[in-house]
Amino acid sequence: MRVYPTASFQLPAPIENMHVGLEHYLTVSFLLFSLGLLGVILRRNLLVIYMSLELMLNAANLALVSFSRFNNKLDGQVLVFFIITVAAAEVAVGLALIVALYRKRQSAHVEDLTSMKL
Amino acid sequence: MEAINNMLGGTAVPDVLFYVFATLTLLCGVLVIANPFSRSPVTSAMFLVLTIISMAGLFVLLHAFFLAAVQILVYAGAVMVLFLFVIMLLDLKEEARRKIKFFGLIAGIISVGGIITALVKSLASIKPAATEPALEGETYALGKLLFTQYTLPFEIVSVLLLVAMVGVILLSKKKLE
Repeated sequence: MRVYPTASFQLPAPIENMHVGLEHYLTVSFLLFSLGLLGVILRRNLLVIYMSLELMLNAANLALVSFSRFNNKLDGQVLVFFIITVAAAEVAVGLALIVALYRKRQSAHVEDLTSMKL
Repeated sequence: MEAINNMLGGTAVPDVLFYVFATLTLLCGVLVIANPFSRSPVTSAMFLVLTIISMAGLFVLLHAFFLAAVQILVYAGAVMVLFLFVIMLLDLKEEARRKIKFFGLIAGIISVGGIITALVKSLASIKPAATEPALEGETYALGKLLFTQYTLPFEIVSVLLLVAMVGVILLSKKKLE
């Protein structure tokens, strides 16, 4: 047990107890999501932006599975099953779009893609 | 197992494994978006594959064994392979470094700070669970739930896959006729 300066001061749960609980998984999911968000904002290559989007989807999957486990229901896992399937379909269509775009514009740089007309 | 437990001062092996997999996931996630050694998209794709595999490890720790297998088979095995096909097909050059704009940095800090605030506020109000929950017959129960209560989304997702396939074939034709 650690001694805190005042009686009412309490660190957030992930630091205070080392036994792994729901908040640890949620912290990992949050950090992964913010990493994906930073990747979408900061990178300019179209494919790396798309990969950061997949990172965000994975973070949401982790949050759903951890909630499903700690609430003792299986509905979160069913939703993750659907999310993985829909993400696979989305990646196929998105990559077909990127290939078609590259054929027209000869560039996969976000700053070169300035008009919506293909 | 007992020797390892005594060596670690009483912390259980699944806890150590959680920290190992979580650190691996976050490290590979950082290397996807900001690699100091190479800016090519192939390196980012490889680190995304590693991230997905460590996330499958986290799923196993959460007792979602079927989902861990599906994640490795579908995400790491099909989706990322598709990504790598397209990256190598397009043969991209590395992107040049640039100075980060000040406004973008401020906006990024504000948005991430907002998410941090929301997370810390919600985590502070979580009461720790008393006991570990126990789900039995995981994959069987998941399949039963999927085919009885979630039959309609299941069928709709299969139609979605068909639509995606047709869309991809249409988008990759040279001339639309």
